[in-house]
Amino acid sequence: MNIVVCISSVPDTTAKINFTDNGKEFDADGVQFVINPYDEFGLTKAMMLKEKNGGKVTIITVGDATVEPVMRKALAIGADEAIRINISAKDSYSTATKLANYLNDNPADLIITGKESSDYNGGAVGGMLAEMLDLPFINACNGLDISENTAKITREIDGGKENISANLPFVIGGQKGLVQESELRIPNMRGIMQARTKPLQVVESSNNENLTTSISFEKPEKKGACKLVDADNVAELVSLLHNEAKVI
Amino acid sequence: MSVLVYTESWEGNFRKSTYEAVSYASETAKLLGTDVIAIAFGNESDHELKTLGNYGANKVLAASGVEKGDSKTATHLFTTNTSDANIIIFANTYTSKMIAPRLAAKLKAGIASNVITVPSSTSPIQIKRKSFSSKALEDITINTEQAIIILAPNAFGLVESGNDCKIEKIKVNSNASVTINGQEVASGKISLAEAEIIVSAGRGLKGPENWKMIEELADLLGAATACSKPVSDIGWRPHGEHVGQTGKAVAPNLYIAVGISGAIQHLAGVNSSKIMVAINTDPEAPFFKAADYGIVGDAFEVVPKLIEEIKKLK
Ligand SMILES: Cc1cc2nc3c(=O)[nH]c(=O)nc-3n(C[C@H](O)[C@H](O)[C@H](O)COP(=O)(O)OP(=O)(O)OC[C@H]3O[C@@H](n4cnc5c(N)ncnc54)[C@H](O)[C@@H]3O)c2cc1C
Ligand SMILES: Nc1ncnc2c1ncn2[C@@H]1O[C@H](COP(=O)(O)O)[C@@H](O)[C@H]1O
Repeated sequence: MNIVVCISSVPDTTAKINFTDNGKEFDADGVQFVINPYDEFGLTKAMMLKEKNGGKVTIITVGDATVEPVMRKALAIGADEAIRINISAKDSYSTATKLANYLNDNPADLIITGKESSDYNGGAVGGMLAEMLDLPFINACNGLDISENTAKITREIDGGKENISANLPFVIGGQKGLVQESELRIPNMRGIMQARTKPLQVVESSNNENLTTSISFEKPEKKGACKLVDADNVAELVSLLHNEAKVI
Repeated sequence: MSVLVYTESWEGNFRKSTYEAVSYASETAKLLGTDVIAIAFGNESDHELKTLGNYGANKVLAASGVEKGDSKTATHLFTTNTSDANIIIFANTYTSKMIAPRLAAKLKAGIASNVITVPSSTSPIQIKRKSFSSKALEDITINTEQAIIILAPNAFGLVESGNDCKIEKIKVNSNASVTINGQEVASGKISLAEAEIIVSAGRGLKGPENWKMIEELADLLGAATACSKPVSDIGWRPHGEHVGQTGKAVAPNLYIAVGISGAIQHLAGVNSSKIMVAINTDPEAPFFKAADYGIVGDAFEVVPKLIEEIKKLK
């Protein structure tokens, strides 16, 4: 089975988010980049499927050379090969178009994306990609079982889950549940050594068409100081919530 | 010209997030001087469909033959009815987030998700959205003739308007490429995305057996329950309750955090709450820097007292 995992390189979850140039540019200075957490669940799932059914795991990232360390980490975790589409995509449409162009020429049996990227939070690339490739799309996927050509899938719905079956190929937007947190893999020394020599192919691309434009960023307003209430006076908290905040 | 809005119902009733999306659509339609058309495909009763008018829908297209989990047929339903739509609006639900991007690619329409304001200008459409896991707000423009907007959870509120909306029934031929085998929904439970109040607890509670008081407090307040990531990772609570940067992003009116330290990843998913309360034994817990109200104290003493006091209030 030929599995492709689309990986987005995002700021570490502990990173302080700042902007330069009057809020126009994200300030990457001193920020550590990691595999998007949702994509890490997908990557681990891909490894497990490969171990069970055989095949190959390819990771693919749209981005300039700065994303390569994150791609190497995915290779160290166990992906077989990596494709980097050498362009700084400007929105989800341009990212999805680049992925679709590549996957049209190099079809996969299963395409795994994440529910959303933790930087842009668009939650859009996976669904767009599915439409461009005319494949089924299952979002917020938290369970996937494949035997032969068919898959049993669960996706999260508001307040519960839905059970779906589908034939390969299809696209999922993955999240926790695809594999458990405890099943995530940390690259070991051998993996890291091997990753250095695994193929990372750079595909050139032009025509970076975007449909939306980012104007500027700002940080949310800071909250005022916390009002502390004595532990022996819980009644006061209730009164504040009722009379002052008017939320209960 | 029109503003189209996606609707979603469960067990025959529209969700609050749907009425919110219709309200948003109605405000946006006023800016453009046009009508709101709602698309429904949950086989709702005429009586229920009419309620969309209360929030500003002028017309409802009620389609039969589309299943919720089938994004392909749903996309088809929208594309065949969107030729004159300027803006298509989606509430923040798992199903809408499956359909909207597909539709965006099909129509080649620019899409903005996590949107928190009505457009500040309409040509091009400019809106404010949450970005970087709510650590930042972003202004963006959508440069295409048709625009797709997915709202952030609980970002807009309900605006009543009382239109008498027309109902038009249509039938769609399914071109499903997946089979829906059924749903498992905990009925009667308030979903985290829509909850006005959330009572959340963390590792400070020591074990799953101690959640009874959290559930009691939540029931009393008509609240949903949530938890921190480690609590769901170790299996004390279901994954669906995990809030934060890598779990659900929520935005209730009131978020009560019990025995949660307030790590940056946790706060990212909850700091859009209007009011936050922290209950923690450690006065240095970072949550107190983010909270509006706090009690430094032992959850096992404070929560039962809180339950008693709220009972008095009710
Ligand atoms: C990539 C990544 C993503 C992450 N994403 C998320 C996420 O989405 N959501 C999330 O929640 N976390 C996330 N985390 C984890 C996060 O960093 C914290 O580890 C986690 O939020 C801590 O959970 P906690 O507050 O329940 O536990 P702890 O940090 O252990 O805090 C327990 C708190 O309880 C207090 N306490 C102890 N006893 C009592 C008592 N009797 N009464 C009252 N208070 C008491 C303690 O003082 C302490 O403050 C992520 C981490 C990483 C690395
Ligand atoms: N630049 C990128 N390269 C490869 N995959 C991406 C990229 N950006 C987003 N994705 C994939 O699309 C998913 C959703 O991203 P987004 O639509 O940005 O929230 C991510 O979890 C990735 O799987």
